[in-house]
Amino acid sequence: MSSFDTGATGTTEANEATEKEILRFLEARTKRPWKTDTDLFASGGLSSLFAMELVVHLEKTFGISIRGADLRLDNFRTVTSMTALVERLRTAAAGGTADA
Amino acid sequence: MTRAPHTAPDPHPAAGPHRIAVLGAGVMGVGITALALGHGVPVLLVDLDEERLDRARDDIDRELRMAQLMGRLPAAADTRALHLATTTDGVGDATAVVEAITEIAELKAKALADISARVRPGTPLISNTSSIPIDELAGHAERPEDVAGTHFMNPPYLIPTVEVIRGARTGESTMAAVGALLDVLGRNQVVVRDAPGFVTSRVLHPMINDAARVVQEGTATAEAVDALMEGCLGHPTGPLRTADLIGIDNLVDSLRVLHQHTGDEGSRPCELLLDKVRQGQLGRKTGRGFYAYQEENR
Ligand SMILES: NC(=O)c1ccc[n+]([C@@H]2O[C@H](COP(=O)([O-])OP(=O)(O)OC[C@H]3O[C@@H](n4cnc5c(N)ncnc54)[C@H](O)[C@@H]3O)[C@@H](O)[C@H]2O)c1
Repeated sequence: MSSFDTGATGTTEANEATEKEILRFLEARTKRPWKTDTDLFASGGLSSLFAMELVVHLEKTFGISIRGADLRLDNFRTVTSMTALVERLRTAAAGGTADA
Repeated sequence: MTRAPHTAPDPHPAAGPHRIAVLGAGVMGVGITALALGHGVPVLLVDLDEERLDRARDDIDRELRMAQLMGRLPAAADTRALHLATTTDGVGDATAVVEAITEIAELKAKALADISARVRPGTPLISNTSSIPIDELAGHAERPEDVAGTHFMNPPYLIPTVEVIRGARTGESTMAAVGALLDVLGRNQVVVRDAPGFVTSRVLHPMINDAARVVQEGTATAEAVDALMEGCLGHPTGPLRTADLIGIDNLVDSLRVLHQHTGDEGSRPCELLLDKVRQGQLGRKTGRGFYAYQEENR
């Protein structure tokens, strides 16, 4: 179940909506602003425990399941990398090129 | 530091690979089960509390995924080799039993008497007790030589070293079998003698009690205590965040055991800890302890 049904909208718009939602969540939880390409876990950043929170949040919000080889910290390092992961898994779930 | 030799004789040479039973699906039972599954060891997980057992598969799945995310367990790990039960009827063919039930000596004594009557002689019965002397527990098993202590810490997949306790009556082959199992689980072991609280609880738990007392006395907030212990003394998470991770009910039980066995007043659980238990603020597992936790962040 997804509250961000992109339906017929183009990929770029979908990406933007996803990106915006991830930024919103990050800023609400960490109470500071983030750029889409900032490494969240670099020194002075977030703890890797927080990465699991991101996993759970992305799954709930975008109706995806993140498992196996996709469970790598690198996929959650930046808003951009999370957006790419979400879009790939949503395409797969929608019957696209499923490789998960 | 002692490591068991890899050539340790297998007590069940015909039984093939490891297959463990874990008693107690609480914080530690879940964590130890995730660690075992993550290393390809099938687990029978037993808890009397059906509700707890209902949540266990999800909790274990979550812990496995966290471990994968942090690169601590292989990506292929899942919960397919997990079996759940509310009775110990099925423990008979386990190659080892890990007891991780509530830190109350009478409960553990009963559980050990029960499982030792069900398993094959020579099957290691491993207690994960924080503080109860192993030899005291061993006295309730049919074969005290089969009983040893391992002190896994939370979360087991993240903590590379396990304190192993050799009781006065623990057999050589039991120690070897425990060492072999820990090798399979990818943990280092440090073997110590039996005593109340062994090494880690004996040192850590009174320290956490003191940290709570400092907050109780109004000297500093929990945040300030943890910030000082982390920032000045290099404690990895701060003692009060650690209390939340352990579970404050379990911490209080362990302190009581220490206090009863050693008479050390520093181990008498302080009022603030007792208050938190009365209010059900047990730490991460209930969403609130010294800190508040989001559901997603437990
Ligand atoms: N929490 C920690 O960080 C930590 C660390 C090291 C060691 N320990 C020790 O590990 C043990 C378990 O601690 P925990 O924190 O997981 O406790 P917990 O309270 O989270 O869980 C204990 C579980 O045991 C179950 N139980 C009670 N009696 C049982 C029985 N006879 N058979 C089967 N299940 C039974 C309970 O229903 C409960 O689910 C304790 O001895 C504790 O001192 C805990």
